[in-house]
Amino acid sequence: MARVVVDVMLKPEILDPQGQAVQRALPRLGFAGIADVRQGKRFELEVEGPVDEAALARIHEMAETFLANTVIEDFIVKVES
Amino acid sequence: MTARIGVVTFPGTLDDQDALRAARLASAEPVSLWHRDKDLKQVDAVVLAGGFSYGDYLRAGAISRFSPVMETIIEQAKAGMPVLGICNGFQILTEAHLLPGAMLRNNHLHFICRDQKLRVENAETAWTSDYVKGQEIEVPLKNMDGRYVADERVLDELEAEGRVAFRYLDTNPNGSLRDIAGITNAAGNVVGLMPHPEHAVEPLIGTGKTDGLGFFTSILKKLVNA
Repeated sequence: MARVVVDVMLKPEILDPQGQAVQRALPRLGFAGIADVRQGKRFELEVEGPVDEAALARIHEMAETFLANTVIEDFIVKVES
Repeated sequence: MTARIGVVTFPGTLDDQDALRAARLASAEPVSLWHRDKDLKQVDAVVLAGGFSYGDYLRAGAISRFSPVMETIIEQAKAGMPVLGICNGFQILTEAHLLPGAMLRNNHLHFICRDQKLRVENAETAWTSDYVKGQEIEVPLKNMDGRYVADERVLDELEAEGRVAFRYLDTNPNGSLRDIAGITNAAGNVVGLMPHPEHAVEPLIGTGKTDGLGFFTSILKKLVNA
């Protein structure tokens, strides 16, 4: 079965307090040198049948209407080999 | 003659009973609606109540927005039926694109539960006509994902068209852009806000005030006089 990954990230202009909280915790934990952290979501889709153009178009539609809220989020669809 | 106000229960809805009670206190006929029924039981208006429908999984309101009852509500709202979204209901309305913008985690990452002062900025919507523009009210606020965001163009449009219905007063509790607590659609029939008017309808509970009752008396007057 093929795997398609959808990565969803807040748009760059949207404040991400969760990412900021993670970033602020890093020095305390001994991880220096990280200037910024943005937190996102990753969806791993196990696709039945071939991942052809039609299947990818459906996944794109799924990401756009459901997995991501495009008012606040961007997404990327990747096919994993 | 009275009007039928429907309140939807999704799995995880918390405030449906209070909303039904508020409708009754305003002399409307409260009607329970179920998320899996497309049938709205001939109600004249709908309230989407607060809570954590579907556990806020994915995003608050993202899954509820695709429920069978919402199919009918979206269609009817576009045709002019009054819809009020409170808290999680507001999140559902933005996810359904009946209202612009989106709701995100509070900027300080804490759950809020307190009484909150608001200014009524638009007293001409279906749900706010019993208030006066500029009136200050105090109702409970309790949420995790209450930060209203939209891009600058949408915010400017909302301001220019008087569609910011409520603004937070004294303090901005969650980082909402331009202190926005609630908005309306252009037609004024769909209104959403984060704070909870349905918890401020009786002097015995909540803030001790009845500042929230106006939402329900507003809609009743509109429907009965229609």
